Amino acid sequence: MISGGGQRGRAMRGFERCSAACAALLLLLGLPLAAFGNADLEALMSRLAERRTGHARFTEQHYVALLDRPVTTSGELFYEAPDRLEKRTLQPRPESLRVAAGVVEVENGRMKRSLPVQRYPELGAFIESVRATLAGDLPALRRYFSIALEGSPSRWRLQLTPLDQRLARTVSQVYISGAEAELLQIEVRQADGDRSVMNIQPLP
Amino acid sequence: MKRDRLTVLLWLVLLLATIAVVARARYTTDLSAFLPRAPTAAQTLLVSQLRDGLASRLVLIGIEGGDARARADASRALRQQLATQAEFSWVRNGEVEAQQPDLELLLAHRYALSPRVDAARFSVDGLHTAIQSSIDLLVSPTGALFEPFIARDPTGELPELLEQLEVTGGPATTEGVWSSADGERAVLLAETRAAGSDLDGQQRALRAVNQGWQALGPRSATPLHLQLSGAGAFAVEARAVIQSEALRLSLFSSGLIVLLLWLAYGALPAVLLSMLPVACGALAGIAAVASGFGAVHGMTLGFGVTLIGESVDYSIYQFVQSPRPQARHRLWLTIGLGVATSVCGFASLLPSEFPGLAQLGVYSITGLVVAAVVTRWVLPALRSQDVLRVRSLAPLGRRVAPWLLQARRARAALVALAALCALVLFTHRGYLWNRELTALSPTPAAAQALDARLRADLGAPDLRHLIVVQAADADGALRASERVAARLRPLVAAGDLGGFDLAARYLPSRVTQQARLASIPPADELQRRLVQATQDLPLSAGRLRPFIVEAAAAREAAPLTRADLDGTSLAPAVDALLLRSGASWQALLPLRGAGSAQTVNSAKLRAALATEPDALLIDVKLQSDALYSAYLQQALWLSLAGLLLIVVLLWVWLRSLRRMARVTAPLLLSVLSVAAALVAAGVALTILHLVGMLLIVAVGSNYTLFFERPPAHAEGPLTLASLLVANAATVTGFGVLATSSVPVLQALGVTVSAGALLALLFAAMLAPVATLRSFAAAEP
Repeated sequence: MISGGGQRGRAMRGFERCSAACAALLLLLGLPLAAFGNADLEALMSRLAERRTGHARFTEQHYVALLDRPVTTSGELFYEAPDRLEKRTLQPRPESLRVAAGVVEVENGRMKRSLPVQRYPELGAFIESVRATLAGDLPALRRYFSIALEGSPSRWRLQLTPLDQRLARTVSQVYISGAEAELLQIEVRQADGDRSVMNIQPLP
Repeated sequence: MKRDRLTVLLWLVLLLATIAVVARARYTTDLSAFLPRAPTAAQTLLVSQLRDGLASRLVLIGIEGGDARARADASRALRQQLATQAEFSWVRNGEVEAQQPDLELLLAHRYALSPRVDAARFSVDGLHTAIQSSIDLLVSPTGALFEPFIARDPTGELPELLEQLEVTGGPATTEGVWSSADGERAVLLAETRAAGSDLDGQQRALRAVNQGWQALGPRSATPLHLQLSGAGAFAVEARAVIQSEALRLSLFSSGLIVLLLWLAYGALPAVLLSMLPVACGALAGIAAVASGFGAVHGMTLGFGVTLIGESVDYSIYQFVQSPRPQARHRLWLTIGLGVATSVCGFASLLPSEFPGLAQLGVYSITGLVVAAVVTRWVLPALRSQDVLRVRSLAPLGRRVAPWLLQARRARAALVALAALCALVLFTHRGYLWNRELTALSPTPAAAQALDARLRADLGAPDLRHLIVVQAADADGALRASERVAARLRPLVAAGDLGGFDLAARYLPSRVTQQARLASIPPADELQRRLVQATQDLPLSAGRLRPFIVEAAAAREAAPLTRADLDGTSLAPAVDALLLRSGASWQALLPLRGAGSAQTVNSAKLRAALATEPDALLIDVKLQSDALYSAYLQQALWLSLAGLLLIVVLLWVWLRSLRRMARVTAPLLLSVLSVAAALVAAGVALTILHLVGMLLIVAVGSNYTLFFERPPAHAEGPLTLASLLVANAATVTGFGVLATSSVPVLQALGVTVSAGALLALLFAAMLAPVATLRSFAAAEP
């Protein structure tokens, strides 16, 4: 996802100059970032929308209450605008999750099937939040989540809170953070306290 | 006069008795009457399962149109509607909520059900591997579903079982409900409480679906379409078609024939009297079938039309020829011989193993004889000569006779025609007859295609290839099927077989269950092994207390029985594959072919099953087609025997080989021509075409008998006129039948209407010139 920089918007440029240093400082101090305005969110989305394809490696930490320590999975991500997304887990259990034109498919060594997303709310939340963010599809994001944007264009973080009650019962928040037009981290927090943190390294 | 009164009284008494029988008779439209009686036990089982088994109770429902969301919403709403209806045992559409009972059952009996469970599974290494892979599953995209169960089921038997069930033919899912693979159609499956052969019950169930659907109202901008299929839907549809066709066609052709006779007679009372023998014949035919077979098939009633075509002829001859008493005897000798000929022809149907054909035979023989008797004795008794007067049709006879004389000149061409027909039949000899059972199915091809699509969407097995094993009790059959399954697994692994299903997958035999449960170690031993196995795993033994408790309980649990499955989708799966047949039980293993061609390697299957001599490999379509083909062959031989009987009868009666040949030649030529024309038009002949040919002989024999011997001089034109009217009536009656949308009735109509016309023409062309001259004779 997420390789190569898009062309920066003119509006962003001025903003960035004065706030980049502060933001970096605040980040270092671990203080909450200043909230973006609505215009900034639209600007970020339109910059994200410029990206047509992406390829990245990911490492994901799963924090499950039942497990004594987090479990790590890793693999690769592929994206093709506007709605093709693949999460190919390679370790420890090869499994591929594909979204194409709204159909979600899971394939492992033994079987391939389309998934009823309703049955896996956290999966649906992950897919739609990532897909809509990558596509810069603000209307889609707003349909499912209330959105808060923090940070600066060079280091931003989206906080997505599900609007749907059923979804909110399992997923409390999705955090997507990035720099410029690249996604760097996706964190899904579940209502039961479990969470997963996915770190993304762009590949050429 | 006194004798007349006695005759009428006797007739009335018999008529009332007949009506009483007819009113109390049972009527069926179950097409299995036209299925062969299956000779072997396995085939009997198959046919009865196709008729009354689970397969016959399934209603396949499709929803098309709109978008995926609208279809899914409609599917959910429809399921909710139908789930409360008394007509259905269950309705499924893949909704999670609907699968809750399955999930609970699988969880409760996971150690008895999971084929992974053995001693090795509960060793330290086995536990380590199983728990590691459960953790991997837990953090996989679909893992969250199993998180609530992991402390109880750390070895992952539940996901294993669920995956197994889904792999073995679960439908695709779109928007949370079952759909076709491409997602363009939402699909539901329901089981009716009514048996497949209970057509009223099936009809109520279908109506419930339609009403439930209507009640949903319009659900999206683009309208959604409901599709219904299944054996019940076919049968109900077939019944409706047959009933409406039988009624419609009978009424229509009766109306036409009445009109025709009115035009001919110019007197309505005579017309109505003409129909009396027909009605009596039909009633008597139905009564005879009801008494002899217990139930009358709708198709036999449809055949009533055919009886109108022939039995009305007798009264036509009687009225039109209007014989003086001394000539009446002669007329009735000829008609009597015609009736005898017909009876010989239809008698060949009686020994048929096809119950439907035997019914037709009884119906026709009884109907014709009764119609003739009523015409001969009852009509004159009812009819006062002065009141009922039929216009003389002699001018009609005189006008047509010269044409026939002309046509007779071209008689040499008949030899060429016979040769041509023989040539056509000879060149098509390999595929004259349609030997597939589906040839008789009244279900339109489009409906069959829809059924195949929905069936594929739902992953309902098509039951084409089956292995059947038998045992004295249900558990024995399950065990035998497990042994066969062990033989089949290598074939699946090698790609020689796509897969298979068996009841023991959902309900393992007692021995298998006990072996699985016995492999669970005692609680303290399990605890010890678990500590060792989870040493380097993020899931510590301390969190797995529920597992130890439940595993220990499973060790002591009673085996899973069929009754435990009630209310889950496993119950119908077991019932479809584990059947009681008399005192014994049979387990079915439906096979799926390998690859996209869905081929089943029979040779390798047989080799694999060599050690299981009791396992019977059945190719259902091949078997039933072979059966049908055998009965078709039998019917052909019987018809030939009937023909021979007719020839002998005529020879004995006419006491002349030459006269016999003159009577039979036009009939044979007519049958030959019709058969050749049908074959040349690309029609593969079915058993109903054969019946039609018998009817050509039955109807035509009257013509040829009249033509064969010159009538008394003055009666010539009347004789010809009566033949013309009779022929017109037959062609009309069967012509109407030829418009039927029921393939078997249509085949009959086409064959007989064309054949009767040709039989009259050929009879005229081959008649002695003296006969034709007498037809043209002027009034004395």
